[in-house]
Amino acid sequence: MAVLVALVAIAVIVPNTNSFVILLATRALAFAILVMSVDILLGYTGLPSLGQAAYLGIGAYATAILATKYQFGLGYDFWLVIVIGIVFAAALAAVFGLLAIRASGVYFLMITLALGQCVWGLAYRWNSLTGGDNGINMRGRPKFGIDLANEITFFYLVFGFFAVSLLLMYILVRSPFGRSLAGIRERELRMQILGYNTWLHKYIAFVIAGAFGGLSGVLWAHTAGIVSPENVVLTTSVDALLMAVLGGAGTLVGGVIGSFIVFGLREYLSTLVPWWQYVLGAVYVLTIFYLPTGLMGIPARIRQRRASAGKREEGKVASVPS
Amino acid sequence: MTSKLLRRFGPLVLGGGLVLGMSPGSTGSADELRIGFVAPTTGIFAQVGKDMVDGFQLYLDENKSDFGNAPVKFIVEDEQGKPDTAVTKAKKLILQDKVHMLVGGLLASSGYALAPVSTQEKTLYIPSIPAADDLTQRDLSKYPYMVRTGWTSSQPSHPFGKWACEQGYKKVVAIGADYAFGYEVVGGFQKAFEDCGGQVIQKIWPPLGAKDFGPYIPTIKAEADAIFTLMVGPMSLQFPKQLAASGNKKPVIGGGTSYDEFVLPSMGDEVIGHVSALQYSAALDTPKNAEFVKKYRAKYGKVPSYYSESNYTTAQMIHELIKKHNGKFPGAEAAVKELASMKVDTIRGPVSIDEMRNPVQNIYIKKVEKKKMFGYDKDELWNTVIKTYTNVGQFGDYKKEDFLKQPVYSRDFPPCKHC
Repeated sequence: MAVLVALVAIAVIVPNTNSFVILLATRALAFAILVMSVDILLGYTGLPSLGQAAYLGIGAYATAILATKYQFGLGYDFWLVIVIGIVFAAALAAVFGLLAIRASGVYFLMITLALGQCVWGLAYRWNSLTGGDNGINMRGRPKFGIDLANEITFFYLVFGFFAVSLLLMYILVRSPFGRSLAGIRERELRMQILGYNTWLHKYIAFVIAGAFGGLSGVLWAHTAGIVSPENVVLTTSVDALLMAVLGGAGTLVGGVIGSFIVFGLREYLSTLVPWWQYVLGAVYVLTIFYLPTGLMGIPARIRQRRASAGKREEGKVASVPS
Repeated sequence: MTSKLLRRFGPLVLGGGLVLGMSPGSTGSADELRIGFVAPTTGIFAQVGKDMVDGFQLYLDENKSDFGNAPVKFIVEDEQGKPDTAVTKAKKLILQDKVHMLVGGLLASSGYALAPVSTQEKTLYIPSIPAADDLTQRDLSKYPYMVRTGWTSSQPSHPFGKWACEQGYKKVVAIGADYAFGYEVVGGFQKAFEDCGGQVIQKIWPPLGAKDFGPYIPTIKAEADAIFTLMVGPMSLQFPKQLAASGNKKPVIGGGTSYDEFVLPSMGDEVIGHVSALQYSAALDTPKNAEFVKKYRAKYGKVPSYYSESNYTTAQMIHELIKKHNGKFPGAEAAVKELASMKVDTIRGPVSIDEMRNPVQNIYIKKVEKKKMFGYDKDELWNTVIKTYTNVGQFGDYKKEDFLKQPVYSRDFPPCKHC
């Protein structure tokens, strides 16, 4: 319910703000899809991935290369590019998954990091295809009946994709499949004893996360208008992971909040004050110190405190608000 | 599952949206001139960004931020050295601050990212530092609202190649940072050097930001007469040290950023005698430059680099433009036209703009020397000018048409025929 209200609020408020805020919100939403995909792995499956930017990169580079080299994806075929981006990213994840899923914990982190850097290396060095470190400039956004060059129209498009992604991922994590992922996160051995093929479960989750990463990439390419190795570099993966943790891992929506907060601080606050980095750093540190469950953990904490305060004052068990 | 938590959290999200939404979009008064300046003020390039801002600011301070009856509002935005951030900030400057023009960007990738924004928003863009060749060469037609006041990467390399021939060098090994700027500086040198009879016998590409050149230095071919280096930032400091430690006796020459004033004060005596080429040297012995160096140093405590000079000069050119129009900004289209036909006497020497909107200027061949200059009482490293090539355009001695037919300089172009 509240998620719906918040979504509607975003959809109504943002287009009425100034165009810079619209731009930022569009970026935050496009990136939030990637953050949610990280959360599927981190929060629901217990796999901390440090290579998620690779899938964003595949989607973004596919979009940019098709658009600039083949003029493909600038009309109705934009929808085909969406599919291509998702399929490419999922295919890449399917390959990387074979290598990465065998490990867990820190080792999984290291393998995904290494694989992500391979993609970065390709983007950086394959000059003829990717333009090297200069990146690829997009020339305009697709037009099909509606003109996406208009920032507000484009905002609604990204918002639409974001909402659908959120819904799909929400359904996914609530499904029996999602429940078994949570089971793997809690105790993999027990799940194995219960007869689950945990490897396959993790692998499928990894590929699905990659697919959403690809979608995020396609949207990102058109949002930013430029695709460069900066999008695939390790810090982008770290950003995504931090945003998920900041908002609260294992909540999906937490990642969205994280994305909005980080984009807000990094891109908006930095236009107002030069010391924005301290604020961002403080937010990270304070969150990790005091809110290990992320910002989404705040209401639960407040409730807990109220409950315990109530217990002390009234000397009886406070009922949990429902 | 989480809907209970969200019920509490929803208002926060909503509130956040409202706060963002209500923040006022400043729209300045009509007669002031708003200049949006994009430079990295945080991150690994923050110090370079500071030089850029300081250079521009110095000119504004000298003129009390008043360009011929137009009060100047100078808005600096942090691009963090990332192209997408540069785009976001440029859009903020255009959409929210309603700037008349965009100036700056540091890396070539920022230049490539900002130029399309200027086309899309029909706003004047002046890349004062980004030196990517193709901005004013093969891609020029895409960017009708852009005029460059800095340089192209390969511009100093063309006369430098000729100079290397004159020194009698026959075989040169090139070692350069592995990215587009490196390819263009090395490529320009290779083309000019081979066209006057020299041979580049080896090209080595250490990754950008490399700190240990141990794996690369021993592979330098022994029969080389000289070593051409193109380093940037911390690489510039590390490479000469390790090269000297390896017992190198060959002459070392290099692209401008290997020895520019940004890195020179932190360098050791091992770089004395190294020669490089650029459109500016702080040791340029003209009264104008002496005054500039003294003023800049008194104010910011360091010798100006080409990053400072280029932005100071850019401010000067904008001033010239606005003066002509009595304090009014003539609009992006007219501004491009007028800037492109401008001839200015700048700190770095006479500058005019060619028909592809890139400066035609002096290129200085500079040798690092330890000496006293401008009345400072300590021995310091300076880039002493040993030869000046006047009025060098971006195509050097080559015909524009022929030059544009070849691909842009890259890792594989010009091909290493003598390797």
